[in-house]
Amino acid sequence: MTQQGVRWTADQVLALAPDIASRTAGGELGAAGPWSETGSSEEGEERAVWGLCKGSGGTPYRTVVEVVAAPSATAPAYHCSCPSRKFPCKHALGLLLLWSGEEAALPAGRAPDWAREWIEGRRSRPQEKRAADTASSASGAADPEAARRRAERRAERITAGATELEQRLSDLLRSGLATAEQAAYGLWEETAARMVDAQASGLASRVRELGAIPASGPGWPVRLLEECALLHLLDQGWLHRERLPQALAATVRTRVGLPSSPTGPPVRDHWLVLAQYDTPDPKLTTRRIWLHGLASGRTALLLSYGPAGRAPDLALPVGLALDAELSAHPGTGQQRASLGERFAPPAPTDTRPPGVSTAQAAALYGEALRDDPWLDAVPVTLDDVVPTPDGDSWQLAEAAGDTALPLTPGAAARPSLWRLVALSGGAPVKVFGECGHRGFTPLTAWSTGPGEAVPLC
Amino acid sequence: MTATPALPTPAAWEDLVTAALLGTDRRTPPGAAPGRAAPKALLDAAAAETVRRRAGLRPGRAARPPEPAPGDPRPALPAPATRRLALLLADRPGAGGGGRRGTAPDLMELLPQWLATANAHGFAAPAEALPALLDAARGRTDLRPAALEFAGPRALWLARLNPDWRFALRGTPGGGTALPGPQETERTEALWQEGLFAERVALLASLRARDPDAARELLARTWPTERAEDRLMFLDSLRTGLGARDEPFLEQALADRSRNVRATAAELLSALPGSALAARMAVRAASCVAVDRTQDTPTLVVEAPHECDAAMERDGVTAKAPTGRGERSWWFGQLVEATPLTAWPARLGGRTPEQIVALPVADDWLNELHAAWCRAAVRQRNADWSRALLGAPSAPGAGGPGAVSLAERAKLLGTLPAAERAGWVAGFIAVHGLSEAFQLLGVCAVPWAEPLGRSVVDALNIARDAGSYPWSFSGVMGLAERCLNPSEAARLDALLAVPDEPEDASPGAGGYWAEAFQRLGTTLRLRAVMAEEFRTT
Repeated sequence: MTQQGVRWTADQVLALAPDIASRTAGGELGAAGPWSETGSSEEGEERAVWGLCKGSGGTPYRTVVEVVAAPSATAPAYHCSCPSRKFPCKHALGLLLLWSGEEAALPAGRAPDWAREWIEGRRSRPQEKRAADTASSASGAADPEAARRRAERRAERITAGATELEQRLSDLLRSGLATAEQAAYGLWEETAARMVDAQASGLASRVRELGAIPASGPGWPVRLLEECALLHLLDQGWLHRERLPQALAATVRTRVGLPSSPTGPPVRDHWLVLAQYDTPDPKLTTRRIWLHGLASGRTALLLSYGPAGRAPDLALPVGLALDAELSAHPGTGQQRASLGERFAPPAPTDTRPPGVSTAQAAALYGEALRDDPWLDAVPVTLDDVVPTPDGDSWQLAEAAGDTALPLTPGAAARPSLWRLVALSGGAPVKVFGECGHRGFTPLTAWSTGPGEAVPLC
Repeated sequence: MTATPALPTPAAWEDLVTAALLGTDRRTPPGAAPGRAAPKALLDAAAAETVRRRAGLRPGRAARPPEPAPGDPRPALPAPATRRLALLLADRPGAGGGGRRGTAPDLMELLPQWLATANAHGFAAPAEALPALLDAARGRTDLRPAALEFAGPRALWLARLNPDWRFALRGTPGGGTALPGPQETERTEALWQEGLFAERVALLASLRARDPDAARELLARTWPTERAEDRLMFLDSLRTGLGARDEPFLEQALADRSRNVRATAAELLSALPGSALAARMAVRAASCVAVDRTQDTPTLVVEAPHECDAAMERDGVTAKAPTGRGERSWWFGQLVEATPLTAWPARLGGRTPEQIVALPVADDWLNELHAAWCRAAVRQRNADWSRALLGAPSAPGAGGPGAVSLAERAKLLGTLPAAERAGWVAGFIAVHGLSEAFQLLGVCAVPWAEPLGRSVVDALNIARDAGSYPWSFSGVMGLAERCLNPSEAARLDALLAVPDEPEDASPGAGGYWAEAFQRLGTTLRLRAVMAEEFRTT
């Protein structure tokens, strides 16, 4: 593997930025000018880059990034002596851009002492963490009774919450959905807060979404009834979870908001990074990363979270493939997995995921609902579709057929729609995205000819 | 989950929605008993129906796909240049930031140069970069020509789908349809007869650049039927490739109904030193200027015309002087401006342009006469006269032999070969400093030739030592970032340190200068890297 091959593209580096201001500031620092004493090293599978960046003050900031972290770690790691609370800060981004842009910008060499200290400190930390993990699991094992009691108390609170929610849904249906249009948004907010109190975050977020539906345009009563009905179905699922098949019960527990941990056996594969996108929230940013196992053919979802102002820890550039182990979370039809051991840094690959037709995509969603009726969409790759304007909206039309999947209204309004249209130029493309009852959300596309994956999110 | 609805019909779902809207107190849902349990029965039925409806979703009918975009035969951009483009486009104004510039280069300022280089290499734009490229061109009209050239045919295809990018269609002759090629005489004729005004102007300009005679003949065929404003624009396109064979047509246009058309025709004819009009003007002008040998040193005497007769007017002389100008000097200026400069040595005792310009002029006519010669030198693109009128770059400020303004000097410089131009401006800066050089730098070829670059850097260094703030020179600094040859970057290394502050210096200026030089050096290195990234391996 050549050095050139492993370097990231500017897009991939900028994807790490926690916000737009950081992107711009990082972009400006991605040139040799303010930097001095830069360098990079590659020891085994580890690689670090470092440099001094002149700021407005007298002492330059010391920036070091472990670009491809040790296999056991989950993310590139950053360290900078600047006072920024952004993470990664603009200096780390600038350094990575320098590394991605110019072959000679970061000469290979031995890290200076200040950088070595940090790198070695990091290297010893996983062991400490592992030791701590063992200790805590040991203490957990020491008192299984206490853990069981805690779980029971939480289940009781969720049951109380679900029961109350059932009552509220019944009241709504008794007086009619038409009243929901006049009802203040505060009613739903209050109910959502009650569900947070009941430690049922899954119910809380669904309730909050109900509040937005009456203002969502024509056809809202149908959507409100659907979502009320599915929320009712979830309540009932929780209240009767003992009578459900084990896998469905696990799905219900996750949907209600209980944390899940991976229980499946680790599966080693070359995982192609299909898409990475963030859903920002005032308090928490959720990052979704879709992977496709080149040997297993499995599709898996990694979730990573970051508090406001910080990018989630895990970052995998789209289009690269990762030799690693993944463990699935419980529940049939659930794609969520956790990243285990990594065996090599992410590397470029020419392989693209195999695709299906529009009819097969719709059928895949239908089948997935059997295991998880609350599922909004499934990950799907479409082969040979043409982005086609359809009235006010857009669709992905089969090049060799007469069927098409509409884009979701959100996807059709995003600027990245035009990247997809430009890439296609009226010719068929391969598109990975999420396909569900609202339509198709494109996330990554490949042109028919040669070329890299083009992220659309 | 108790309710098990019968056959899933659309009607059953409609009934459920109606009952839900009105409320179970008013409407009992299908298949349920009225009363307390009705809402739950409704929700059960709706849940089953919702999952059933979603699971049964099928793809819709395909709409008519767009016509495929035309192909782009240009070679693909090398990967490093593609990454650089993404970076340059990510740095759009409004994308955050702002405030003091610090030491980092202004990437948006490098985009025009990047585009020019990409176009010079003839690379095709990567398709996925087109939306950002069009957005950038939308915000900055100065970027449009280069951005649209680089973006190529697929960008115009996109612009037809997105109203935000309509400008791309307007900015392209023929609204995105290519102009007819050399062989397509029928299409040329059709577009000339039926095209919109802008399309016809574009057609005439492109034809003129390719085949000046054919363009003039095309224009001559419809000339009498064109509107006056249109005639003026069409006539203007003859500036390209102007030659002796245009003279008969232009002579005819001297009799045009429109005064502006007549004036333009006269101007074009006077730029043809061999034309009959130029000869007529030379006779008139020569009768106004003579060498007086009775003085101790030979002196030029000027006798301005006493009237503007019909023949002069017909040859493009404007009779009415602007407010505040004497009529006679106004007419005189126009005569000299339209007279071939080659006529003067013969008239003035076989002297060279330098000798003529050096002659004293009697009765305060010097400024009038030299200004008219300057206009003539620019119009006739006469380097010898320009050189004479510019004089030595080291001559004191406003008092060159030509006594001409900086704007006029810039125009005169434009007629000199690039290397000579750079050398002259370098000499000017060395003596006069930077404060007056901005306009002159603007006409120099990019990247700046070695003596000019050195002269600018030295002058900046001197300005720093003089203790002023760098933003007094921000215009020149900005130009230097774009125009200095990247190989000059090493010269800046000595200037990066913060110097000790002399007592009389502006507070903190040294630090700001170090920062400004650092940015300049960074930008130059970045430009060198950018140029390297275009090389295909």
